[in-house]
Amino acid sequence: MTMKFEQTNEGNYLLDVTGYVCPHPQIYTKKALERIEPGDVLRVIFDNPSSGESISTMCENTGDEILEKKKEGGAFIWNIQKI
Amino acid sequence: MEMLASERKNRVWAFIILGFFALVSVATFAYNEYYIYLSIYLWFGLIYGLALQYGRFCFSSAFRDLFAVGVARMAVGITIAIALFALVASLVTAQGLSTFHPAPSGIHAVIAGFIFGMGMVFAGGCASGSLYKTGEGNMNALIVVFSISVSQALFVDIGGWTNKLVPESWHHSALAKGLPASINVGDGWMDQYLAGYVWNHPVTTFAKMLGWENSSALGAIVGNFLIGVILPSALLLGVVYFVWSRKAFVRKMLKQGKEKMTLLDEVKGYWAMLSASKRTAIAGLIIGVAAGLHMLVLQGARVKFGVKNAGALLERMGFDYGISVNGTVFDPGYWYVTTQEAQWVGWMLQKTTGANYMDNVFFGYVNGIPNPAINPADWMSLATIGGAAIMALLYSEFKFKKPTLELATWAIIGGTLMGIGARLALGCNIGAFFIRVANGDPSGWLFGIGMVPGAYVAVRFFNWWTERKMEKQGFGL
Repeated sequence: MTMKFEQTNEGNYLLDVTGYVCPHPQIYTKKALERIEPGDVLRVIFDNPSSGESISTMCENTGDEILEKKKEGGAFIWNIQKI
Repeated sequence: MEMLASERKNRVWAFIILGFFALVSVATFAYNEYYIYLSIYLWFGLIYGLALQYGRFCFSSAFRDLFAVGVARMAVGITIAIALFALVASLVTAQGLSTFHPAPSGIHAVIAGFIFGMGMVFAGGCASGSLYKTGEGNMNALIVVFSISVSQALFVDIGGWTNKLVPESWHHSALAKGLPASINVGDGWMDQYLAGYVWNHPVTTFAKMLGWENSSALGAIVGNFLIGVILPSALLLGVVYFVWSRKAFVRKMLKQGKEKMTLLDEVKGYWAMLSASKRTAIAGLIIGVAAGLHMLVLQGARVKFGVKNAGALLERMGFDYGISVNGTVFDPGYWYVTTQEAQWVGWMLQKTTGANYMDNVFFGYVNGIPNPAINPADWMSLATIGGAAIMALLYSEFKFKKPTLELATWAIIGGTLMGIGARLALGCNIGAFFIRVANGDPSGWLFGIGMVPGAYVAVRFFNWWTERKMEKQGFGL
């Protein structure tokens, strides 16, 4: 499984880094957020628990807002809005 | 409903694992009371596993996430753990009950830290991190554990052409140590590095450098704890605050209508950084206190059984295979990760290939290669994996993850670098950094100083790598 980053529709992006371990999910999330416009929403899917801690602290630092955090069968699905 | 059923199943599995360890402890104790010594390692290992998983406590991310994504949570968490461990350790030391022995301080610790630091970022986790992530069902982390184990066992026994790389002075110095003939110290790179180079370096602590005894209250508490740990930690966290964390706090204050940061605001900002990740801070607290108590409880067991090392106990129990020429086996008396990983591979290689792995300093003179089933430190590592699995199951975070080719490649490269770094430093992020720093040993800081640029180099590489992959998906910057 390789990482997937795509635009799903206007203003919405999907980053799937399932299967990736540290530090990949947080680096990809940072880079994906750098590539989208303010107001756009990035959906990140990952299954490495420790990356979640880093991603949420990163968003707190940058001001990007985590709109939703879901957990499905050991995977985390987070929606992040870029500020 | 389906969710609930899976949660129930997870919980059952968590209790099965816990029950297994309890059964091992009780049954072995009933068979022979000396097994309680191994069980002490087991239960502290389990606590480390529980806390590591709960706090997502990964030493590699302390530096890595600072450089890669500007996140300071782990740098803070580790400092909390070190400070608390140092506090408990200094009290234990002041009572003369410490099991800690400082390591030789020298530039080799910095170089080893650099190699290890690079390795832990490549691997996606440090030595202790790979253990707890294995417990989460992460098979990539298991590859890292195997790579650390195999690379160490091969590296400590390396001979042949590598002898040509040994400086003459190391060779003579190693021979002059007068080690038993069975060790063959004049042959092998690592043997001559250890006996002819590392052992010639000073072994000291902050207390000793200030002219105090380690076991005196002044030396243990003022020298090792306050000057050796608290002062440099507070300074380091100050740097982390001003370079990484302050910006976000200032922005928040501006949003709230503040125009200027007062000193009180700075203190609030510093505190906000310390308390940003509760999970990490709580894990740091538990690990710090447990690591200190581990030393105390084990010293108590040594006094009770009248031994200084588990080798004597194993011999009393009738196990004499793989015990070092000094009658010892690896029995640090505190938390440690890598040496026992090298040992089980050394034991397996000697058993299967018939080659002699006991003619080197690392195995033959110091640590031995006892059967992993009765190796105290291996009990600790297995319980760490088990503890992490229990916590992950209870929080529904356990997931069996197959490695991909890409990640397995990084895991093998990273694990091998960590294995080499750990042996050059005589320990990993736990043994060579966490334990030594907290016990006032300057060589711990030297290893840490090396880990920082090592992690930085690997982060730069991954930055380039991820940019490249983003471009491939049509999202170049």
